[in-house]
Amino acid sequence: MLALLLRDLRLATRAGGGFGLSLAFFLIVTVLVPFGVGPEGGTLARIAPGILWVGALLACLLSLDRIFALDREDGSLDLLATAPIPLDGVVAVKAFAHWLTTGLPLTLAAPVLGVLLNLPASGFAWLTLSLLLGTPALSVIGTFGAALTVGLKRGGLLLSLLVLPLYIPTLIFGAEAARRGAEGLATATPLLMLAGITAGAVAILPFAAAAAIRVNLR
Amino acid sequence: MMLGVHDLAVTRGGIAILDRVSFGLDAGEALILRGPNGIGKTTLLRTVAGLQPPRAGRMDLPPEGAAYAGHADGLKATLSVTENLGFWARIYGQSDIAPALAAMELETLADRPAQNLSAGQKRRLGLARLLVTGRRLWLLDEPTVSLDAASVGLFAAAVRRHLAAGGAALMATHIDLGLDEARILDLTPYRATSPGSGQGGAFDDAFDGAFA
Repeated sequence: MLALLLRDLRLATRAGGGFGLSLAFFLIVTVLVPFGVGPEGGTLARIAPGILWVGALLACLLSLDRIFALDREDGSLDLLATAPIPLDGVVAVKAFAHWLTTGLPLTLAAPVLGVLLNLPASGFAWLTLSLLLGTPALSVIGTFGAALTVGLKRGGLLLSLLVLPLYIPTLIFGAEAARRGAEGLATATPLLMLAGITAGAVAILPFAAAAAIRVNLR
Repeated sequence: MMLGVHDLAVTRGGIAILDRVSFGLDAGEALILRGPNGIGKTTLLRTVAGLQPPRAGRMDLPPEGAAYAGHADGLKATLSVTENLGFWARIYGQSDIAPALAAMELETLADRPAQNLSAGQKRRLGLARLLVTGRRLWLLDEPTVSLDAASVGLFAAAVRRHLAAGGAALMATHIDLGLDEARILDLTPYRATSPGSGQGGAFDDAFDGAFA
């Protein structure tokens, strides 16, 4: 299990591994927004939590199709499915590796990019906390979507169409927690809902994803 | 008996292709599957490996399962030979990869990224993976593709050592490995008689009937 995690992390940081791609995409989206809506500070501050959450979500989406497609192409997925580690565990480890290389860097970068969008100082901690609680759900749901589309050639677009609707609850509660935090309101309810979504996704979806992979390998 | 297959029927894409296949494999034995393209050698191997369910029949495998090597080698282009092999060794709970590197004459390439290997060298690395699994039953699908005569000799020697150590091998191959002791099973007589008679066929009939 640990070997698989280390391999995935090593692959992500090698040439062509895609590490940093999501982060650069997040940066560009965030920089583009002030150009689009104008540099007025009040407007930007109001939309900043939502923009940062949508940006993080789209950046996360970028790297999803790599999770299983590359292993499928070079035959590793067949070999992992016949290896002495359970396929549910493989899925869980791969989702965790995706979060470590995508969700965690996005979470750490978000406050810096918040400066660009004039996010109020009171909101930085809440934005980081909401992303920290919410991005694991994005990775696990995305891994499930990648498992569903693993047998398809050029399945990236279908993957986006499948996964984006499933991201809606996470987005709603994540952005709401960050917005309330920035405005100095109580954040307990959306944060608890967000944590609940993440806990539920982590508990259920690895098993569903492993079942989907078994069907797709036939 | 290491592997027992009883009245196995396998399907590819919902269509039955092999029916009532039965054979047994003891420790120290090798069985070579023969038959024309499309007869179902790969499908049979994948079914025995547990990658797809059989349509009918029964398989008795050793509890620790089998090591499967398919058409693709499962190599990561940006990892070195040692890293690739070390990964699979750790997945199977082994730690020593030096004997496997030596058996496939990969020592001089140990630090080279897999993307800089030739097709034959990649294949040798893929086969070296079998040696680090520690599994007693090998399922090999066209193991000698893109190997030269010397490498085929290396591979045959590795299989022979595996058999001598109490292992067994089930392989689909077209070329002569020089394994004279291996038994040969021709799959042609087991071809499913009516290809549409699988579950898919029955479903399609019912589906069409609903709209008739």
